[in-house]
Amino acid sequence: MIRLYDYVLSASCYKIRLMAALLGVKLDQEAVDFHPGRAHKSVAFAQLNPAGTLPVLVDGDLILTESTAMLVYLAQLAGRDWLGPLDPKSAAQVQHWLAFSGRLAASLGMARLHDMLLYEGDIDAWRAQGHAALRELEAALSERRFAGGVWLVGDAPSIADIACFPNVALSQDGGVSLDAYPSVRLWTRAIRALDRFVEMPGIHRLHELRPAPEVA
Amino acid sequence: MIAPEVLNEWYPVAMAAHIRAGQRRVTQLLGQPITVALQGGAIVVTGQGGALHVTEAFGHVWACPGTPAHPLFPIPEALETGRRLVDVGVVRVKCSPLRAVENFLDIAHFPFVHTDVLGAEPHTEVNRYEVQIREDSDEVWATKVTFYQPQAAKSAEGGIVTQYMYRVPAPTAAVLYKTCPVRPDAWDVIGIFVQPLSEDLCDVWPWMALYDDTTPQADLIAFQQMIFLQDRSILENQIPRLLPLDPGMEIPTQADLTSIAYRRWLKKRGLTYGAQMVAA
Ligand SMILES: [Fe+2]
Repeated sequence: MIRLYDYVLSASCYKIRLMAALLGVKLDQEAVDFHPGRAHKSVAFAQLNPAGTLPVLVDGDLILTESTAMLVYLAQLAGRDWLGPLDPKSAAQVQHWLAFSGRLAASLGMARLHDMLLYEGDIDAWRAQGHAALRELEAALSERRFAGGVWLVGDAPSIADIACFPNVALSQDGGVSLDAYPSVRLWTRAIRALDRFVEMPGIHRLHELRPAPEVA
Repeated sequence: MIAPEVLNEWYPVAMAAHIRAGQRRVTQLLGQPITVALQGGAIVVTGQGGALHVTEAFGHVWACPGTPAHPLFPIPEALETGRRLVDVGVVRVKCSPLRAVENFLDIAHFPFVHTDVLGAEPHTEVNRYEVQIREDSDEVWATKVTFYQPQAAKSAEGGIVTQYMYRVPAPTAAVLYKTCPVRPDAWDVIGIFVQPLSEDLCDVWPWMALYDDTTPQADLIAFQQMIFLQDRSILENQIPRLLPLDPGMEIPTQADLTSIAYRRWLKKRGLTYGAQMVAA
């Protein structure tokens, strides 16, 4: 079975749990005491991942320490539709968004760690970089909407969407509101409405069938 | 000007293990900068006016910025052999410290906030329970609380009817006792210790004393952090950020009797740091 070294509050770990759930892949999840124990910086953990980061995915002798590589691996194994269209332009766009997700982690993700788990750093800079990234995402998703699309690349959700989703959906945790980004908000709703979607603290599935309180 | 009633209480300011390991914590208490550090083997909390009263209990460092009105409350269960004491670590929340405590006491939120873990629809009914302000200890207690839970604890398999008791022994601390899935004759003990950084910002330290010999530490911590982070998204969206206190009597409803008692107790003792006085 594929093993995921996991931390429940990590956006990057959630990325992999979400992808696996959407694909119907079962993971053997091993909780790592990231906070307060900092077990990911321990000597024992360094043997698994010298970079001391989470998540880590292990399948037999394959050890992956980059979450975007894990998305590609899971999609290749279990649901190649999730790789996005294979024409040169689309394939390059998928790569673009996988790399872009790293910018989201380095801005919105750090702002969240600062506000929630007291990470030290320049919170104003992280939030400003987060807004800059969100503006790019908003522009791209608005264009997709005008063309009748919902997803970042192609006509179906792909690893590009899953890579970018967690840090965007959790941006409020770092004091960055999505109020100014309507296309981004619609896109997060589309992801939250996917079949087999799983939640994490701060990200809820869409309860479209639940009646409004005044109607019930 | 902060009331002496507020200054003379104990507040959590650090995880003891971190300070004992040599870390220094530069933080804030009731709006004032403080530093928590190890000096000659002793934990010292220093504020602008010098050293604060310090005590160490339940895995945490507690400080009193005034003259302690009483010793820190006890949790006798913490001393029982065979229990595992789990420091869950700090989480910062943009809300009044009093709101963080009140949310912890509110059992009605389980099915909606901790869906499919601590509660589930359609089991949203809160059964009748008892609330009192105990005169001997001057603590708020809620007893005989029962609730259906799909996964009450990390060690629970499947849904069970869990029994609860809640206790508020200090203005920014709450302790709950709940059915222990592996030892039905004992209670699991879970606390939240809230450090008031300011009136609308707090650091929250969940802590547990459990009977559970099998679950790995990282899983216990992850479970409790997941639960608390679900609360955090609710807490950060409450308006206003301060806890509204009606200077008159609040009208109780069955679902939030504990909250009413907590608010009365705060008012009676003048513990209104983090509160907003508003007539209903
Ligand atoms: Fe809760």
